[in-house]
Amino acid sequence: MTAPAIRIENLTVAHGGHPAVHHISGSVAAGSLTAIVGPNGAGKTTLLRAIAGLHPPSGGRVSLAGRVALLPQAATLDRGFPICCRDVVLLGLWQRVGAFAPMPPGSGERAEEALAAVGLAGFGRRPVGSLSAGQFQRLLFARLLLQDAPILLLDEPFTAVDARTAADLLAIIRRWHGEGRTILAVLHDLDLVRAEFPEALLLAREPIAWGPTEQVLSAANRLRARMMAEAWDDTAGPCARDAA
Amino acid sequence: MIEAILGPFAEFSFLRRALVGCLALSVSAAPLGMFLMLRRMSLTGDVLAHGILPGVALAFLVGGLSVVSLAIGGLAGGLLVALAAGALSRATGGREDASLAATYLVALAFGVALVSTVADSVEVMALLFGSVLGVDDAALLLMCGVATATLLVLAFAWRPLVLECFDPGFAAAEGARGGLWHLVFLALVVLNVVAAVAALGTLMAVGLLMLPAIAARHWSGEVSGIAKLAVGIAAASSFTGLLLSYHADLPTGPAIVLTAGLAWVVSVAVGPVDSLAARRVRRRHLAG
Repeated sequence: MTAPAIRIENLTVAHGGHPAVHHISGSVAAGSLTAIVGPNGAGKTTLLRAIAGLHPPSGGRVSLAGRVALLPQAATLDRGFPICCRDVVLLGLWQRVGAFAPMPPGSGERAEEALAAVGLAGFGRRPVGSLSAGQFQRLLFARLLLQDAPILLLDEPFTAVDARTAADLLAIIRRWHGEGRTILAVLHDLDLVRAEFPEALLLAREPIAWGPTEQVLSAANRLRARMMAEAWDDTAGPCARDAA
Repeated sequence: MIEAILGPFAEFSFLRRALVGCLALSVSAAPLGMFLMLRRMSLTGDVLAHGILPGVALAFLVGGLSVVSLAIGGLAGGLLVALAAGALSRATGGREDASLAATYLVALAFGVALVSTVADSVEVMALLFGSVLGVDDAALLLMCGVATATLLVLAFAWRPLVLECFDPGFAAAEGARGGLWHLVFLALVVLNVVAAVAALGTLMAVGLLMLPAIAARHWSGEVSGIAKLAVGIAAASSFTGLLLSYHADLPTGPAIVLTAGLAWVVSVAVGPVDSLAARRVRRRHLAG
């Protein structure tokens, strides 16, 4: 057993004091392909953001064995911005190039290759505003390709894309898996999870089950996840488990 | 004709000084205006220009129409408004535009109250709307110094600023220190507004910042293209505006801003990108 890529120790992440992710512990093996499933409001996005370091935990900690790249669910980027697709893909080199250094030689070709790999060959000079939702998601995958991170966090990568785009993007995920990268993806399509993802985490604010997909997605577990109370408990006192 | 265009500049050194100062500002303020526009902060420049008024007014009380004291006062006032608004909105979870509006309204009222108690009307006009005669050697040095510093900082900050404008979430995830660059950027905007006050006045200083950038948006679909065009439009507006100010006996601020405004009207009407004409004309569609 190799060292885990992501180790989560008693992690709690709260929005305004109310836990969105509550006392999660566990680890993600290096090179594993894991789906995070669960009802709306289960804390899936919050968990990914906490792992990426974008949401400070209110308890516990996350340790990472490498660089992380996050594909956000609702990209914050400005689609009306005057920038072409190639430059968006090149942003993926930020970790290596930073604010001041010149682009390494061959970056332009790498960007074109990444665009071709996601099925956007010839889109390099197109402004981002001219892309459809599916093409846009392909573009973000091309940027992930250049980020070249060992740990990938994908938040609902197939939302609002058609079957062909989903299949193409899934092929890229398989390729990353084959290259030994660690992948965590939030998904809603349970058939897809069963077919493609060996590991799964069923989350309902607290982890319901975590392990091999077939066992995690049992009828009993899914029923337990659905029982999660979506509303906050406004009368709740401090969580007693912190004392332990 | 040529005499009418070049004659005034050949004859009067104060016009030459004003022209050089405004050209220097055109080079530095126009790209800043583009970033303000792209960040949907087009009104922030205006807010900052109003925010410097109490600082300028206090300096005016102490040192009269001296560029050095006005610049120091304006810089302090502008930075105070920008930083106070930013810190307040972060600390209270409020919206930045709301705290900006609140701070600048208070600052503007305070500044106008201060100025009205002392100055005579000629000096108030010069302070609010600019005067060609306002660009003395000290003011010229200030304008050129600010432009030089701005260009140097922009050369380094260009990539982080574009990233922070385009995709702040990605900037945060990649640890690009967007907040720090934002502060540097705001400081540059305040500097440029303060430098523009001598020639354009506090109320018109933003004109050279925003109008060329907004006009250039209708001519190019790329960040670098917009920046270059904005500089060109700002420079042309400065030249034409100073001539207009001389021949029509107008304060320089409104003259330059009206000229830049004319460039904007033309751009929004017939420019190739998202203009009224580009939206209305039904182009013959292509085969694929």
